[in-house]
Amino acid sequence: MIIVYLLVLLMLAAAIAASVFKDLLSAVIAACLVSLIAAILFYFLQAPDVAMAEASIGAALVTAVFIVAIKRTKRHEE
Amino acid sequence: MRKIISIVLLSIIAIGIILSIAEIPFGKPKMKVGKYYIDKGVKDTGATNIITSVVVNYRGFDTLGEVTVLFIAAVGVGAVLVTAEKKQKERVTEKASLVLSTGCRFLFPLILLLGAYIFVNGHLTPGGGFQGGAVIASAFLLFYMGCRWKRINKIKAQALESLGGLVFIITGLLGLIIGNYFMMNFLPKGIPNQLFSAGIIPVIYIALGCKVGSELAGVIDNMIEESE
Repeated sequence: MIIVYLLVLLMLAAAIAASVFKDLLSAVIAACLVSLIAAILFYFLQAPDVAMAEASIGAALVTAVFIVAIKRTKRHEE
Repeated sequence: MRKIISIVLLSIIAIGIILSIAEIPFGKPKMKVGKYYIDKGVKDTGATNIITSVVVNYRGFDTLGEVTVLFIAAVGVGAVLVTAEKKQKERVTEKASLVLSTGCRFLFPLILLLGAYIFVNGHLTPGGGFQGGAVIASAFLLFYMGCRWKRINKIKAQALESLGGLVFIITGLLGLIIGNYFMMNFLPKGIPNQLFSAGIIPVIYIALGCKVGSELAGVIDNMIEESE
C-alpha cells in the first residue's frame, strides 16, 4: 500500500514540475511521467483496460505530438 | 489581482467537487445496471472480459460515436497540416543513433504483434480495439524515430482505416437486418474463454484495432512530415 502513496507523491511532484519548468522539453517529459504513473495507479485500482490506453496514448503518442510541436516552435519559455 | 481571482475561482470549483463527491462511498456499486453486467455479462455476450461486453455489445452504439469522434479528429489534423504543394525536395535524413535504429528494427515487429494480440484477444483479456490500435500506432512512432527515411504507404493506411469502419457499420447493420436492433449479437456465442467465442465482438474489435491503429499512425505521419 505504501508504494501507492509514494507513486501519488511522485505524480504530484511531476505535475508541479511540468507546470514550473521553463524548458518545455523537460516539462513534456514530466507530463509523460504523470501519465505513466497514472497508468500504474489505474492498474493498482484494477482497471487494466484504462491503464493500457493511458500508457500508450498518454505516455507515448501525446508526448510525441508535444515534442513535434516544440520542434516547430521554441524550446524555451520566456 | 488576476492570480487572486483565479485562486478564488479554483478553490470554489474544488469545494464544489469535494462536496459532490463526499456523499458517494468509494468503490461501492451505486447502480443496478453494473451488477447486472457483472452477473449476466458472460452469459449474455460470451465475452469473459466484462468491459469488452459493455463497450462493444451493450453500449456498442456509443463506441460507434467514439470511433466517429476519433475519425473526425484525424481528418481535422490532416486538413490543418496538409500543405498546398508537397515539397518534393530531398528530406534531410539525419541518421538516428545506432542504439535507436537497431532497437527499432528489433522491437517494431514485436510491438506490432503485441498490439494485434491485444485486440484479437479483446474479449478474453484486458484490452481491446482502442488499446491495441494505440499500441500499434506507438510502434509506428518508434519506427519513424528509428528509421527516418522510411514512410508508411498513406493510401493503403487510409484504405485499411475505411475498411475497418465499414466492417464495423456493416456488422451492426447485419444485426439490424437479422435481429431487430443495431449491433445485435447474431453470430454463435460459443464457449466462453475460447478464442472463437462471443459472436460479433472479435469481428468488431479486429476492425476497430485496424482502424484506430492506421488512423493514429496517419496522424503521427502527418505531424512528423510537417515537422521536417
